[in-house]
Amino acid sequence: MLNELTIKEAAEGLKNKKFTSVELTQACLDRIKTRNKDINAFITVCEESALAEAKVADALLKSGQAGPLTGIPFSVKDAICTAEVRSTAAAKILDNYVPPFNATVIERIRKQGGILVGKNNCDAFGHGASNENSMYGPVRNPHDLSKVAGGSSGGSAAAVADNMCLYSIGEDTGGSIRQPASLCGVVGLRPSYGRNSRYGIMQMAASLDTVGPVTKTVYDAALVMEQIAGKDSLDATTADSPVPNYSQEIEAKIAGMRIGVPREYFELEGLDDEVRKITEQQIAKLKDLGCKIEEVSLPYTKYAVAVYYITVPSEDSSSLARMDGIRYGVRAKGKDLYDLYASSRTQGFPEEVKRRILIGTYALSAGYYDAYYKKAAAVRTLINKDFTDVFKKVDALITPTSPFTAFGIGEKKDNALALYLADIMVSPASIAGVPAISVNAGVLNGLPVGIQIIGPRLKEETIMRVGHWLEK
Amino acid sequence: MSISIEEVKKIAQLARIKLEPEEEKHYAETISVVLDYIKILNEVDTTGVEQTYQVTGLADVVRQDEPSDSIFKKELMAQMPEVQNDELVVPEVFAEVEES
Repeated sequence: MLNELTIKEAAEGLKNKKFTSVELTQACLDRIKTRNKDINAFITVCEESALAEAKVADALLKSGQAGPLTGIPFSVKDAICTAEVRSTAAAKILDNYVPPFNATVIERIRKQGGILVGKNNCDAFGHGASNENSMYGPVRNPHDLSKVAGGSSGGSAAAVADNMCLYSIGEDTGGSIRQPASLCGVVGLRPSYGRNSRYGIMQMAASLDTVGPVTKTVYDAALVMEQIAGKDSLDATTADSPVPNYSQEIEAKIAGMRIGVPREYFELEGLDDEVRKITEQQIAKLKDLGCKIEEVSLPYTKYAVAVYYITVPSEDSSSLARMDGIRYGVRAKGKDLYDLYASSRTQGFPEEVKRRILIGTYALSAGYYDAYYKKAAAVRTLINKDFTDVFKKVDALITPTSPFTAFGIGEKKDNALALYLADIMVSPASIAGVPAISVNAGVLNGLPVGIQIIGPRLKEETIMRVGHWLEK
Repeated sequence: MSISIEEVKKIAQLARIKLEPEEEKHYAETISVVLDYIKILNEVDTTGVEQTYQVTGLADVVRQDEPSDSIFKKELMAQMPEVQNDELVVPEVFAEVEES
């Protein structure tokens, strides 16, 4: 089936005229039609426009003007703006929002003829690790429909895992690409903060948000990164450093590479024994490939989730102040201005979004600012220093991505803290702004297990290289 | 509880979120659990440690200041909930507001 191909395979097939983009796109749309009612990975499906875009792509391919992603069907997390395609962020306050512009990363793909097949369900505004905080219903894990897909980019991971598209663009603030990728058995890359433009992303935590690919292979992640990474005048936080030729660099052998095994990640309470064993098998594989394995320590690891859940809600509460029913989105009726704001927000946000806003408003309020926000910002410095220090000794770190496999829908729903702790392996790299990738490493009782490789800032090629060789 | 129902009421009002009485209690409880967990940060001695608010190392990024027309004016207007004569309609801003 064409929809089961990787980007690499599909691009070759298109180039060699084995099939057309229209056929490839139709295969994805057919898969969405049969499976989305069970999995709920899409909030919006772009059937008509996708086929029209595929016709244009076929013409580009014919005339030899194709780029690496021309004619390849992809999907996009609904918290990322797509021109003329509804973008709700999975919250009812944006139920009718149709952005007039593409996020920069999306513009770079669509400009060369990438085919947008639809918008992926997610936790509303990226708040969650189970995709149960969507106002459009939870995403179900394609490997077991009674389990969660992970979050917040759960729809992206489920859509790629179930071959409803060839790849997806997600957003990762504290683990939102890597954790669902791990739970669904696909590849998810969180780039360094500032590697990819955030322009057109619905902002959650301005100092942590990143945009990255969810793919079937590490090679595909490298291909997508080559197209979307790099400086953008519309995002002043983007790094002004050249984008490597990732797909070539990852082929270089990894013998001699120094890989750190951070003790603290393996000592964390709640780490499933079998997940630990699968991770250890991958470490043994790296050793066989000639890597030098070294036990290392990042002493401030256990404070990362606490730092995260002060910093993020604080930034969130100010980011989401713009969602007020005034200039766009759904405006509720109100007897005066205050009532209009409050009614629009109360009806348009789900419980978890409200909780984050309330925590953030509290942490930033007079009398608590020093105790919470400023304290978290100081511990953040120490977490960053952990990474700076460790990367003087090793080239990359290997850890599990999630302490456990996909859990049951509803299982952690009434325990916000338990769900926050699902991010324990993924939040430290987020806080430090360093890149990390989740790669599938095995299956446990029918459910995928992912491992995470973390690297120094702007060294995406290093972590993809390790992942690529583990995948072989 | 680390946060009282009264405090939840106050921050909800600041954040423009309406809560029913049972929700006020629910948020006070669930936020208290999170705030209690966050107390582990007090174990860390941060005396003399600088705060980190961003990780790029960039400062004062500038660009050419060139005025240009928004190409999206019509499309942006189309997203507005209420428009009259090409202008966004909002409730009276300087009316007497009862914040309750």
